[in-house]
Amino acid sequence: MKIAVCVKQVPDTETRIKLSDDHSEVIEDDIQFILNPYDEFAVEEALKIKEANEGEVTVISLGPDRVKSAIRTALAMGADKAIHIECDKNPDDPFEIAEALASVLKEDSYDLILTGKQAIDDDHSQIPSILGQKLNLPAVNVVVKLEVGDGKVKAEREIDGGHEIIECSLPTVIGAQRGLNEPRYAALKGIMRAKKITIEEKHAELNEEQMSVVDFHYPPQKEPGKIVGDSADAVPELLRLLREEAKVI
Amino acid sequence: MKILVIAEHREGRIRKITYENISLARQLGQPFEVVVVGGNIANLEEDLQKYGAEKIKFYQNESFDKYSPDGYAEIIAQAVKEHQADIVLMGATATGKDLAPRLGSILNAAVANDCTTVEMDGDQLKVVRPMYAGKVLATVRLQSDVKVLTIRPNVYQAEHNPVTAEMEKLPAETGEFKTVVQEIVSGAKGKLDVTEADIVVSGGRGLKSPDNWHLIENLAQVLGAANGASRAAVDAGWRPHDEQVGQTGKTVSPSLYIAVGISGAIQHLAGMSSSKYIVAINKDPEAPIFKVADYGIVADLFEVVPKMIEELKQ
Ligand SMILES: Cc1cc2nc3c(=O)[nH]c(=O)nc-3n(C[C@H](O)[C@H](O)[C@H](O)COP(=O)(O)OP(=O)(O)OC[C@H]3O[C@@H](n4cnc5c(N)ncnc54)[C@H](O)[C@@H]3O)c2cc1C
Ligand SMILES: Nc1ncnc2c1ncn2[C@@H]1O[C@H](COP(=O)(O)O)[C@@H](O)[C@H]1O
Repeated sequence: MKIAVCVKQVPDTETRIKLSDDHSEVIEDDIQFILNPYDEFAVEEALKIKEANEGEVTVISLGPDRVKSAIRTALAMGADKAIHIECDKNPDDPFEIAEALASVLKEDSYDLILTGKQAIDDDHSQIPSILGQKLNLPAVNVVVKLEVGDGKVKAEREIDGGHEIIECSLPTVIGAQRGLNEPRYAALKGIMRAKKITIEEKHAELNEEQMSVVDFHYPPQKEPGKIVGDSADAVPELLRLLREEAKVI
Repeated sequence: MKILVIAEHREGRIRKITYENISLARQLGQPFEVVVVGGNIANLEEDLQKYGAEKIKFYQNESFDKYSPDGYAEIIAQAVKEHQADIVLMGATATGKDLAPRLGSILNAAVANDCTTVEMDGDQLKVVRPMYAGKVLATVRLQSDVKVLTIRPNVYQAEHNPVTAEMEKLPAETGEFKTVVQEIVSGAKGKLDVTEADIVVSGGRGLKSPDNWHLIENLAQVLGAANGASRAAVDAGWRPHDEQVGQTGKTVSPSLYIAVGISGAIQHLAGMSSSKYIVAINKDPEAPIFKVADYGIVADLFEVVPKMIEELKQ
């Protein structure tokens, strides 16, 4: 099995996002970057499938030079090869990201393409579906259970209030959701091994974006709330406020 | 600009987000039509008319009985072309977010998922979507001819507005589907999802044990609310992952969010701080959840919650 895993580098979930004075961009100076949490599930799943069926796992990431550290993390977990698609700035438009990923994916014949279900910076949750359309492959996103065998996959996908079970043929694109597996930690041996792997460099030719961010703003700040009381005796007053002031119950 | 509202339905019922999107389409003041795709879609027009659908286009075909992401995307793309729509509105639900990017790929249209504001700004469309799980809001510009938007549930109000619709049944020819849903495994039957609920009651590590979860369930039940959980409760195996609220869980914006025994870590706040009203029940007055709460009780949840259930039952 030849497996590709698309990974994105994103700010740590602890990050407080700071905007430039003109609100045109997010200031990256103090940000600690990590491998997108959902992509860890994708990497883990690829490694598990490789271990069960033999094969090769290639990680692919598009972004500025700094994304190499996310690539190294995936390599340290156990991936075999890596491709870095260089571009100065992550495009705002997920179609442009997917276009660049698709063109690199087409250069090889992968049996399975894994991604995370969503990148926790832009929160598009679009790439796996776009890849499916662009590569003319089936694509299933938000997958919590995956069985691969005999040219086919059976995927269980999370929907609102339940799960859908989908069967499709390989090759296919799968977007990993939490619950799919428990990602391994990179052991020292893995980290050392990862350092010796050469990351293949490519350059993305990006087209003009059809969607772009005009500006950012902070969400409206909430006024400090009211402490209604410090014991269960405050319950009637709380319920009164919810009924009469907030009018939500 | 012409808008198509894609109706979402499940088990023979239109989902609330569709009505919210009809209201939004009306607010935008542009002509709009509602598109319904499915296998068995008889009788859906009745409710759609109650919420103001004046023009409904039906694409019925037995093979749509089972949901196919690529199959549905193809037929909706066909509808967009047939009706020369400029804007497509769907729900930022599991289905909507899955379909939108596929539709965008077919139509070469830009797609913005999970929008919280859509307005006309002159003859331009102003679209705002949260990023970084709501830590910032981004105003985005879509420059393609067709623009595909999925709208976050509960942001726009569904307005009752009875009309008599002009209806049309259109041929729905399909090719081979690449993926078809074989089976739907529901959670508890009729379980209300946190993203759609008007009220959410969430519990955290403060509940101490899954054996105490009946407090959350009972409070949710008397309020007609959905159950949510912090990641600590999910990681401990007390609750299924689909209940997790936060940056790596679900983003919710109900009218009322009640956080019980939840400290309010930044990742949790990211998922719920856009709720209209927030109530926090926590024994630690320093807990960060109080910074975003509209109303708080600083006390033992094991005393407060039973009392709430008791009072609400009366
Ligand atoms: C990559 C990453 C992603 C994450 N994503 C999420 C996410 O999506 N959602 C999320 O929720 N978290 C997320 N977290 C975890 C987050 O950082 C917190 O650890 C988690 O939210 C804490 O859950 P909690 O509030 O239930 O537990 P705690 O922080 O332990 O808080 C428990 C609270 O209960 C109160 N309490 C205890 N006993 C009582 C009592 N008897 N009566 C009243 N109050 C009581 C305590 O005062 C305390 O404030 C993420 C973390 C990481 C690293
Ligand atoms: N710049 C990128 N490079 C590689 N993979 C990416 C990139 N952006 C997104 N992805 C993949 O697509 C998934 C979904 O991202 P998104 O659609 O942006 O939320 C992520 O979890 C990654 O697996």
